[in-house]
Amino acid sequence: MKRTFLGEFEEIVLLVVAACTDPAYGVKVWESIQTATGRSITLSAVHATLYRLEEKGFLTSEMGGATAERGGRRKRFFTMTNYGNRALLEIQQIRQQLWQSIPEEKLQPKLSFS
Amino acid sequence: MENHRNEPPKWIDMLLKRIIAPHFREDVMGDLHEVFAIETKSRGLKRANLVYLLAATRYITPYFMRRKPSPYPSIYLFSPEMIQNYFKIALRTLAKNKAYSFINITGLALGMAVAMLIGLWIYDELSFDRSFKNYDRIVQVMQHQTRNGEIGTQNSNPYPLGAELRRSYGSDFKHVIMSSWLTPHVVAVGDKQVRKMGAFMEEKTPEMLTLNMLKGTWTSLKDPHSVMLSESVAKAFFGDADPIDKIVKVDNSLNLKVTGVYEDLPHNTTFRQLEFLMPWSLYEITNPSLKTMEDPWRPNNFQIFAQLAEHADADQVSAKIKDVKKKNIRKEQLKFKPDVFLNPMDKWYLYSTFKNGQRVGGRIENVWLFGVIGAFVLLLACINFMNLSTARSEKRAKEVGIRKAVGSFRKQLITQFFSESFLVVAFAFIVANLIVLLILPFFNEVADKKLEMLWGNPAFWLMGGCFSIVTALIAGSYPALYLSSFQPVKVLKGTFKAGRFAALPRKTLVVVQFTVSIILIVGTIVVYRQIQFAKSRPVGYNREGLITIYSSTPEIHNHFDVVRNELKSTGAIAQIAESSSPTTNSWSSTTGIVWKGKDPALSADFNYNEVSHDYGKTVGWQFIDGRDFSSAFASDSSGLIINETAAKFMGLKNPVGEDLMWFDERIKIIGVIKDMIVDSPYEPSRPLIYNINSEKGGVINIRMSPALSTSEALARIETVFKKYDPGVPFEYSFVDQDYAWKFFEEMRIAKLTTFFSILAVLISCLGLFGVASFIAEQRTKEIGVRKVLGATIINVWAMLSKDFIVLVCIAFLIAAPLSYYFLNGWLEKYTYRTEISGWIFIATGFGTLLITLLTVSFQAIKAALMNPIKSLRSE
Repeated sequence: MKRTFLGEFEEIVLLVVAACTDPAYGVKVWESIQTATGRSITLSAVHATLYRLEEKGFLTSEMGGATAERGGRRKRFFTMTNYGNRALLEIQQIRQQLWQSIPEEKLQPKLSFS
Repeated sequence: MENHRNEPPKWIDMLLKRIIAPHFREDVMGDLHEVFAIETKSRGLKRANLVYLLAATRYITPYFMRRKPSPYPSIYLFSPEMIQNYFKIALRTLAKNKAYSFINITGLALGMAVAMLIGLWIYDELSFDRSFKNYDRIVQVMQHQTRNGEIGTQNSNPYPLGAELRRSYGSDFKHVIMSSWLTPHVVAVGDKQVRKMGAFMEEKTPEMLTLNMLKGTWTSLKDPHSVMLSESVAKAFFGDADPIDKIVKVDNSLNLKVTGVYEDLPHNTTFRQLEFLMPWSLYEITNPSLKTMEDPWRPNNFQIFAQLAEHADADQVSAKIKDVKKKNIRKEQLKFKPDVFLNPMDKWYLYSTFKNGQRVGGRIENVWLFGVIGAFVLLLACINFMNLSTARSEKRAKEVGIRKAVGSFRKQLITQFFSESFLVVAFAFIVANLIVLLILPFFNEVADKKLEMLWGNPAFWLMGGCFSIVTALIAGSYPALYLSSFQPVKVLKGTFKAGRFAALPRKTLVVVQFTVSIILIVGTIVVYRQIQFAKSRPVGYNREGLITIYSSTPEIHNHFDVVRNELKSTGAIAQIAESSSPTTNSWSSTTGIVWKGKDPALSADFNYNEVSHDYGKTVGWQFIDGRDFSSAFASDSSGLIINETAAKFMGLKNPVGEDLMWFDERIKIIGVIKDMIVDSPYEPSRPLIYNINSEKGGVINIRMSPALSTSEALARIETVFKKYDPGVPFEYSFVDQDYAWKFFEEMRIAKLTTFFSILAVLISCLGLFGVASFIAEQRTKEIGVRKVLGATIINVWAMLSKDFIVLVCIAFLIAAPLSYYFLNGWLEKYTYRTEISGWIFIATGFGTLLITLLTVSFQAIKAALMNPIKSLRSE
C-alpha cells in the first residue's frame, strides 16, 4: 500500500491533535505547538497544515462552538481518523526499529581533544 | 467592567473576506479573532492590531485564496447550456410567429440596407480625391471677378499667371502646373483610332499627383513629343505588348512617343477621366500665338493647379497672391476686380459652390441631405422593431409568469429577451448585407458611383456591429427589463393589465414614422414637379433628329461643301452647319461688345457662338425680328444675330440694323431670335450672339432627314465622313440626349428620393401592419362581445381603423409645414422654379390615409369577421 508521506511539521500537528484532550481547533493547536516545541509559528501555517491533513484523510473536522470573542464564528474541530492513527503508529514503529538498530556505542557522546 | 469588546480593524476584515475562500472563511477568521482577543488581553490593543495585520497577511497565499469548485453543474446566466437554450427558445419563438418575424426582420433589414447604402455613398463622397498623397497640399488657382456688381468665381486663368506665380511667389509653391482643359482627342495607333480624354499638363504633374507609374518614371514628360497613357488606354492599344517608345498619333497631327504608363486614377477623384497626359510644352509649340498675344492677361483660358511648399498655408498664400492679376492687367480691365485665390483640394469636390465671392457649400449639402434621409429611414426601421416588440410583449407576459413560477431567475429572463432581439438584429444584418449586394449595381448606376461593399474594412464591421448592438439593446430593453419584472402571481391570475401609458410610446412612434414618410413623399413629388417644370420650358429650337459631331481634325472643314452636297445627295440629312460651341452649351464669352448708349462702367458679358451660314436652318431657331444669315449678302460676314435676352440687355428698341463695335470691328445686328436654352434650364437665358466665321468650328451640327430611319441616316453619314476624314472614328451625340443631361443631377436626386420614400412608406406600412395585427388580437374578446351585442362588421372595422387614422392625421399636420420649409429652401436655389401648391399636400395626405386604411383594414376586417363564439370560448 502506498503511504502518504508526512512532513515533519505535519507530523507534529498530527501528534498535537492526537494529544489534545479537549476538542482540537486552530488556536488550540497553534498554542500547543508553541508551548511544546518552543518555536514561534504563524497561525496560517497551522491552518494550512490542518486543512492539508484533512484533505489527505488523516483528520476529519466538524464545525461548532461559536464564542463572542470570535465574532460569533464557529470553530472547526479536528479529530483523528483511523487512517491518521495508523499512520502515526507506523511512523512510530519505523522510528522504533531504527532506534533499536543503532549500535550502543554510537549513541555515546564522543570525546575529542582537538 | 468591559461592556464592549475590542474588535480588530474592520478594513482588514473586509479585505480578508475577499481574500480567503468561503470554505475557510468562518473558522479561519474566527481563529484570528480569538488570537486577537488573547493578544489584546496580554499586550494591549495597539500591539494586537499590528499582530492581527501581520497574521492576516500570511493568508495571502494561493492555497487560502483558491475558491472551491462548486459541487453542482453551474447552469447560471452564461453557461454554454443556457446560451444554447436561449437561442433555441428564441428560434422557436421566431418560428412560431412567422408573420411577425418576417415583418420584423425584413423591416429592419430594409432600414439597415438603406443606411448601409447611404453610408457607403457618404464614405465615397467624403473620400473623394483623398487617394492623392499630396491631398492636403494640392490647390487650384481660381479667381473672383466682379461683373455688374455680381461676383462670379471661375477656375479659368490667363496664360501668364502660372509663370508669374512661379516668378514672384516661387517659395510658396513646390509645383505650379499649367493645364489645358480635359477634352476628347482622337488617339490613333496604326489603324486603330479611339476618342480619349486627355489634357496638356506640365511635366511635374505625375509627381504632384503621385501617379502610380507602371512603366517609365515621373520625369517621363520632359520631352515635348512624349505622351503618358493610362493603363487602360495602353491595354486598349497595345494589349500586353510593351508600349514604351511606341508612336501614338493624336488628333491626326501629333506623333508622340509613349514614355510612361500610369495606373488608372480611381473613380472618385477629380482627375478620374484623365486617360492620357501630354506635355504642356507641346501645347505651347502647337499654339505659338500664346507667346505673341497682344494682351495675354485678358483672356482666361487655362487651369492652373499647384502644390504648396511644405511650410505654406493655402489661406495665407491666397492672401498674398490676391492682387497678382490686378498688377498685370490693363487699366480698363481693373473694373472686374480679379481676386486670385487658391482652392485647396479638400474643398474641390464638396465645397466649391461660390456665391458673390463667398464659399457657400456645394455637394456637401447632398451629403447632408442623404445622410439625414438615411438616418431617418433607419430610425423608422428601428421604431418598427421596437414597436412590434412592445406590442407583442403583453402577449408574452404570461410566458414570463410561467417561466418565473417554474424557477427562472430574472436575469435569465432578461438574457432570454435580449438574445431574441439580438438574433433578430443579426438576421436583419445578414439580410441587409445581401440586399445591399443586390441593389449596389443599380444604385451605382443611379448615383454614378463605383461603390463596393467594404467587407475588408474594419470600420464597416465596427459601425455595423455597434449599430446592431445598440438597436438590439434598445429594442430588447422594454421586454427584457419591464416584462421580466412582472410578478408571476398577478400575471397568471390575469389581474395584470397594461396601463394607458403602454400604448402612448407606440402611438408616438407611429406618428414619427408617418411624419418622415409624408415628408419624403412630398419631397419626391416636388422634385419631379421641378424637373417637369424646367423640361416644359420652351427650348427655342428643334432637338428632333439633331446630332452633334465634335471634330478636332481639319479634314471635314476643308471639304465642307463637298461633304454637304454628298450627304444631301444620299438623302441622309436635311442640313449641316459648323459652330464653335454645341447647341447645348456655350464655350466662349466676350466682353468686347459696345453698343450705342452703353454705360462705360457696365461690363457686358456676352456668350458668343461662331457659326457657318446654315446653322440657323440646321438647329431650327425662331426669329422674332430680322432675318437669318445668307450667303447672298457678302456683308453678313460682319452681321450678327442676337437672342432676345441680349436685345433686352442692350436696351435697344429696334435692334435690327443697329451698328455695334466688337473690339475694333464694326458689326451690324441682322436678326433677333427667341431665347434658346443653352445653359442650365433652371437659370434665365444669358445674352448670346451669333456671328459668321469661315474658320474651322469645333462642332458639326447635322439635322438628319426625317424621311429616313435614324440608324439608316447615321450609316450613310458615317460612310461620307469616313471617306473624307478616315483618320477619325465617327462619333456623334444626339442633341436631345445632351439636353436631357442637363437634368441628370436633378433626375438623380429624384430617383434617389423616390427610392427612399418608397422604402420609408414600405417600412412604415410593415410596422403599421404588425401593430394593427397585435391590437386586433388584443381586442379579440372585446370584438367578440361587441359582435354578440349586435355590432356590424363595418362598426368593428371603423373602430379599429379610427385610432390609426387619427395618428396619421397628426403626422400629416406635423409633416406639412416641415416639408414646406425644407422644400422651399431647396427650390430657392433655382431661378426658374415650380410652386409648392396645396394639391401636393392634399394628394399626399389622402394617399397616405388610403395606404394606412388598406394596411389596417386587412387586420381589422379579419378581426371583425371572426366568429364571436371562437373568440369568447377560449377562456
